[in-house]
Amino acid sequence: MTRIGQLFERLKREDRKGLIAYLTAGDPTPDRTPSLVEALERGGADLVELGVPFSDPIADGPVIQHAGHRALSAGTTLRRVLEIASEIRRRSRIPLLLFTYLNPVLRYGLERLAADAAGAGIDGCLLTDASVEEAGAYVHAMRGAGLDTVFLAAPTSTPRRMRLVAEYSTGFVYLVSRTGVTGARETLSGSIEPLVTAMRSVTDLPLAVGFGISKPEHVAEVGKLADAVVVGSAIVSLIGQNAENASLEIQLESFVRELKHGLPAPRVVRS
Amino acid sequence: MYGGRYVPEVLMAPLEELEIAYAEARRDPAFQDELRQLLATYAGRPTPLYYARRLSESLGGARIYLKREDLLHTGAHKINNALGQALLARRMGKERIIAETGAGQHGVATATVCALFGLQCVVYMGEDDMRRQRLNVFRMRLLGARVAPVSTGSRTLKDAISEAMRDWVTNVSTTHYLLGSALGSDPYPAMVRDFHKVIGEETRRQVEAVEGRLPDRVIACVGGGSNAIGIFHAFLSDTEVKLIGVEAGGRGPELGQHAARFAGGAPGVLHGCYSYLLQDADGQVALTHSVSAGLDYASVGPEHAWLAEQGRATYVSATDQEALEAARLLCRVEGIIPALESAHAVVEAVRLAPRAPGEIFVVNLSGRGDKDIDIYRENLKELDSE
Repeated sequence: MTRIGQLFERLKREDRKGLIAYLTAGDPTPDRTPSLVEALERGGADLVELGVPFSDPIADGPVIQHAGHRALSAGTTLRRVLEIASEIRRRSRIPLLLFTYLNPVLRYGLERLAADAAGAGIDGCLLTDASVEEAGAYVHAMRGAGLDTVFLAAPTSTPRRMRLVAEYSTGFVYLVSRTGVTGARETLSGSIEPLVTAMRSVTDLPLAVGFGISKPEHVAEVGKLADAVVVGSAIVSLIGQNAENASLEIQLESFVRELKHGLPAPRVVRS
Repeated sequence: MYGGRYVPEVLMAPLEELEIAYAEARRDPAFQDELRQLLATYAGRPTPLYYARRLSESLGGARIYLKREDLLHTGAHKINNALGQALLARRMGKERIIAETGAGQHGVATATVCALFGLQCVVYMGEDDMRRQRLNVFRMRLLGARVAPVSTGSRTLKDAISEAMRDWVTNVSTTHYLLGSALGSDPYPAMVRDFHKVIGEETRRQVEAVEGRLPDRVIACVGGGSNAIGIFHAFLSDTEVKLIGVEAGGRGPELGQHAARFAGGAPGVLHGCYSYLLQDADGQVALTHSVSAGLDYASVGPEHAWLAEQGRATYVSATDQEALEAARLLCRVEGIIPALESAHAVVEAVRLAPRAPGEIFVVNLSGRGDKDIDIYRENLKELDSE
């Protein structure tokens, strides 16, 4: 079992919900990413998604598009992100999920990536534009190296597709809270509850919900429904606005702590 | 293996819905009748096959015919597909249409059919292309469309498609994405080809009627590749007919300076489709350049990738300079101002004709050059001063 599987077992045992933090690796520079991930962990992130920048991020809104552009301009490549993961892994056991688009992965080579990612201490991978129909070879390669493959389910997914997503996913299933691209929103989508219910009826895998979740109140609300909550653009935006600022890590840590406080407290277990 | 459906999960169900709706429409005689009627009375089909006598004689070799898609309503072949997809969108109950455009021809065709059917229309266009194709921007607005400028990335067709896909992901329940080339995810490449294959079907009949045989070569420019696949398709099983696609050679062979995917690319995934792709060693999509906005794209329709691999079609390129010269030649000896895209196909005919006496060539003249007058002026300064 990967660190992702172990995390969700521990959350269940402790009757807690998880906080998943996304950042674009290499933004503002590859050298800065390990200390930003450490800040996320100190703030209470349970799992970190390392976004690998891609030139044409069709599923991302402006905040993550710009972060990807900054990261690419700073020389970030998939290979460099694996080095970043190794560096994080020297000091931390936090589960790490690679989060990217298919083309950089195809170019790197599926088998080679699986081996190198496992070697770097990555626990799993999510490819935004790899539908389950096209994912056979990718899933085979990742599983062969002991890595989780996380797939997305969306409000538009039919019951048949939800079963397929569950079948191809390991670690957890990532539920997209709304139709649309990544990005912070003022209000939560009404699609979350029916989506969680529908997905719950076809799988026992842990369910994480992301897209448009940016505030402690959102985290609180979604934490009641799902096993974990993903915050991405709000974190990336904070990094983008404070990239030159030496106190960025401190700000990041306290922002994640606020988000984490939104999560429902574990029920008190009487002995 | 080329093609496929490489998109975010949100778009998977809509693509399945589209596939089913199109399969039904395709078999429905009422749908086909209405489309045929519109193509004949509104778009202006069939288009003539014109024997370019002065061009042929000046080159002294092959007999060159031009398939005059440039004479269609809106000025290019794009209207064939726009009409087909608009009918389909109406049938699916979608009231909002989005599209991307490079040269503006597909944008104009989409704005036109939306006006015709009373559909709301948003066209995404790169800021660089808006500058290069000002006339078409105004034309779309005149037809009631909103032109949404795209300022990300290279500000050309690639980024316009990305932005259109983001809109579609967001508004998928009300919106049909009227994709303008034989690109993207299944079922788009085959559907767009089907709406254009009338070009080749007419050409086959017309050339047989005048020459009593099939042509030796069929030549078309390839951006996404919709006009090329449209004219190639009817000849695929006639292996004696050579099919030649002409890509944009731009300023030269260095990555970033052209859009010759088969010469400089490798298989990869962009915009939902596995095909030949201009990319760097890390799988980032490369920037492209062409004087012709409609050919300025990093990937190519997956059926072309398949035809190239099978050896059924060959793909060559023509530079910006060659295209401009061929356009000028066509203007002078035939009185036809071609679109810069189509001028790339003319280049290959001009190259091959002198060495091919007795052969019959068909060049798909996919669009007319009115939209390119500003670019011709910039590049042929000697004609623009007194």
